[in-house]
Amino acid sequence: MVATAPDKTGGLSQAEYDRRLAEFEARIARGEKVEPADWMPDAYRNQLIRLIHVHANSEICGALPEGKWIPHAPTFKRKLALVAKVQDEVGHAQLLYRAAETLGPSREQMVEDLIAGRSKFSNVFHYPAETWADVATIAWLIDGAAIINQMMMSEGSYGPYARALKRICYEEAFHLKHGYEMCIALATGTKYQRDLLQDAMNRWWPPIMMFHGPSDKESTHTELLVKWGVKLKTNDEQRQQFLKQFVPKMIDLGIKVPDEGCRYDEATDTWLYTEPDWDEFKRVVRGGGPVTHERIETRRMAHEDGRWVREALAAAAAKRPVPMPPAS
Amino acid sequence: MTDTSNPTDTQWPVFEVFHQQARGEPHVHVGSVHATDPEMALLMAKEQFARRQACVNLWVVPASAITATKYEDDDIFEHGTDKSYRESWGYKTPKTIHVTKKESQQ
Repeated sequence: MVATAPDKTGGLSQAEYDRRLAEFEARIARGEKVEPADWMPDAYRNQLIRLIHVHANSEICGALPEGKWIPHAPTFKRKLALVAKVQDEVGHAQLLYRAAETLGPSREQMVEDLIAGRSKFSNVFHYPAETWADVATIAWLIDGAAIINQMMMSEGSYGPYARALKRICYEEAFHLKHGYEMCIALATGTKYQRDLLQDAMNRWWPPIMMFHGPSDKESTHTELLVKWGVKLKTNDEQRQQFLKQFVPKMIDLGIKVPDEGCRYDEATDTWLYTEPDWDEFKRVVRGGGPVTHERIETRRMAHEDGRWVREALAAAAAKRPVPMPPAS
Repeated sequence: MTDTSNPTDTQWPVFEVFHQQARGEPHVHVGSVHATDPEMALLMAKEQFARRQACVNLWVVPASAITATKYEDDDIFEHGTDKSYRESWGYKTPKTIHVTKKESQQ
């Protein structure tokens, strides 16, 4: 037997593949959603699996820097809000893993891929949340940047992902509002509070500017993803929308935007900025961030700590003796 | 559906979740959860889908219990013949008929 190259048409004749592809693309062009049982090109399926998996991982890992701050929240009201936000983020991960599962991979496999460092998560969660102002900055600007991305993706062509994102955006609205309120409190507080906020902004600005991904000049295969309704705006368009929405508000709060090159250009109605260090971005998302190891290790410990619960539930379901929790 | 007798496997069965916002309203599909049994599925569904919006009742149904039509077979829903006689718009009636007026003229 002669080994054949991976089959682009998935075992179909070229004519049948072309017919199905035309039907698939026509459905998307009409604005209809693609559902799990529908035929789809492998490239579409694989791209969505990768995208939703990374998105789910990011929700889980995004809960970690904030979760660490729960015991240190400055007031009871802030603590309640933070607990609720962290619960939301973990819930979002579950919604997204479920959406990804409809395309093939199991949740079990995706959870293990994250722990083993085989799958990525958002660049911003590879950095530490050092002060309370970091918590405020994350909730305002990172959730704000994420909402821009998620609102866009909720109009995407894959039904289960779009539906999960509608729910997620609804919940994220509280995170954003609460984050803004926290930043206002710091920006209108004592000098110490204002300095704390500025310091957080200085450290978080570069990763936030990278959040929407590499510049369109460097990003490949965007055109096909736009055609297939996987991506509705380019990375630079999303970044521009973020700057338009948030920079005036930052200036309003007396925050100095930590980029000398950041200014509004009236002629083109765009915000100009210094191109972020994309080598840093690549290094970080490939596992070389300041706290990449800590994030994955925390996730692994949480997974291990819950093992006896999963075993007990499985034993009970199978009518076997339920094991005792380990002595702590 | 996966075998729950393997204690290391958390790939539990999927339950579809239906959410009712108020008594008298229909139960609406909102998503799905993994669980070992229906009770756990209800607990997961409550945490996942009833954190904010009003909810008076939840249903969980094993996904394996659902039998669905196929989208590629959606031509089964197409009508072979004109079914406008089933619709109110299939019947044209003028606003007024003037029967009384005509009769009075005779």
